[in-house]
Amino acid sequence: MPEPVSNIISQMPRLRLAALLLFFLGPALAVYSLFSIYPLVATMALSTYTSDPSGARHFIGIANFQALLGDALWSKPFWNAFRNNLIFFAVHMCVQNPIGIALAGLLSLPGLRLKGFYRTVMFLPTMLSVVIVGFSWNLILSPLWGVAAGALKTVCLGSLFAPWLGLESSALVTLSLISVWQFVGIPMMLIYAALLNIPDELIDAARVDGLGHFRIFLHIKLPLVLPTISLVSILTFVANFNAFDLIYSVKGALAGPNFATDILGTFFYRTFFGNQLQLGNPTMGAAVATIMFFIILVGLCLYLVLVQRRIRRYAF
Amino acid sequence: MSGKQRARSFSVHLILIAYSLLAVGPILLVVMNSFKMRSAIFGAPLAPPDATTFSLIGYQKVFRTAHILTYYSNSLIVTLVSMALVLLFGAMAAWALTEYRFRGSTALALFLSIGIMVPIRLGSVAILNMMRSAGLNDTLTALILVYVAQGLPMSIFILSEFIQQIPKDLRDAARCDGVPEIRIFFEVVAPLLRPAIATVAVFTIVPIWNDLWFPLILTSSDTTHTVTLGVQQFLGQYITDWNSVLAALSMAILPVVVIYVILSRQLIAGLTSGAVK
Repeated sequence: MPEPVSNIISQMPRLRLAALLLFFLGPALAVYSLFSIYPLVATMALSTYTSDPSGARHFIGIANFQALLGDALWSKPFWNAFRNNLIFFAVHMCVQNPIGIALAGLLSLPGLRLKGFYRTVMFLPTMLSVVIVGFSWNLILSPLWGVAAGALKTVCLGSLFAPWLGLESSALVTLSLISVWQFVGIPMMLIYAALLNIPDELIDAARVDGLGHFRIFLHIKLPLVLPTISLVSILTFVANFNAFDLIYSVKGALAGPNFATDILGTFFYRTFFGNQLQLGNPTMGAAVATIMFFIILVGLCLYLVLVQRRIRRYAF
Repeated sequence: MSGKQRARSFSVHLILIAYSLLAVGPILLVVMNSFKMRSAIFGAPLAPPDATTFSLIGYQKVFRTAHILTYYSNSLIVTLVSMALVLLFGAMAAWALTEYRFRGSTALALFLSIGIMVPIRLGSVAILNMMRSAGLNDTLTALILVYVAQGLPMSIFILSEFIQQIPKDLRDAARCDGVPEIRIFFEVVAPLLRPAIATVAVFTIVPIWNDLWFPLILTSSDTTHTVTLGVQQFLGQYITDWNSVLAALSMAILPVVVIYVILSRQLIAGLTSGAVK
């Protein structure tokens, strides 16, 4: 509910109010517009140009996009990265969010001891840099060190071990799971916070009706935190379709083996900056960034239209 | 407590302990082995270092070959300056947006929310062009400007929620005493925003410290690398030298873990309150 504006402010001369607004909003708006919004717009504008060998830029309309989506030289790696990115996202949705929900459910059980300790420990990986996490797992899963192989052997599953990060068939899913391991803390914490906000009377009423913890969670708590779960999903979507650090630090810009782990972020970097195989192409890079922008935009719109509208927000 | 309840509580703790082990195990393993000799790293990876296997050779190599202290100070400068500016500009803007009614304030809030959802990374091509033409390429200033722009929308959002919770009477009392608006903000409101710092830190500061992308794109020389980029490059070069690699990883992990453990109560409180309801 908007509170009534204080009289002193509403009686303030317009010029003074304008000066105040300029003082308070000016710095934030200047930095934000100049280094966040302007580059986004300028990148989109740049995506309609191409540069010739002398460095001069020419307007070519949507030719960059046509090449990206249709010309085999560009479209093959683009669609490969897009498909891999979808898999990357699917693994997060199917593994990270259910585990996050389950852990949040356990943590929010009434009277649980050591709650703070568990929370702190389980959120720790989320605080670390993706580079560090990726590299640490790279070592752990390496057949050279043999930690993962040894761990599997002790539970009599030694034969299951394979150099997962090196195989074309399993590298992408392995990397996705490493990312899940790191970021499971975010859905866990957000859902945990939402679960804590559910009023006790509701739970007590269900308890009086004879429902057990599990059924209370499934039938009462879970539906109430659905808005948070959909928020977590859209956050995951944006983060995944913009991911780069993990693949780059474990697999390098070429996202091997044989581009099996290439996602849009690494494809963008390679196109923009170049690598051992090709020269950097800023205008084409801008086109890739623009497509990524639209992919994220489509996801956001779907979220706003389909999810946000349908879910009733429960006001307590 | 009945037997059934006890069994249930036991199994809940069992699951939580197992997951906690999975969460810290890999980190512990890396840190533990960084203090061991090469033969012990491979011979008994799961054993903690003891008198016969303890060695600091990896750390010595890292200090000798990498400018790790420069990286640390670069990361500290970039993160602290960005944090100060994000908090200052963010709080000022949040105050104006929540306290004053003016035409276009809703549009302005929408304009700012673009930055929460759309990653600034997608503007990298133009950012690099801008920084090159401004002569800021390969400077910490370039990183700070980008990070402030990146952190502002979220911090304005979070700080607005905090400002709304400050009782109106407080500012109106000051206004009746004739205190100018700017002093009301800096002397009455700003000190009350201290609890918000932890929340802002989780959402804006941690990503800055951990970022690889912008240092990779905007800095090219050793003297401007941050810890994340410096360690990443070091790891790529010395990939076969396990002592150094484990030591470099540990040196990137330990400061974050120490600060996290000290501040975890506030950080988690910040994460679970206010920000995302």
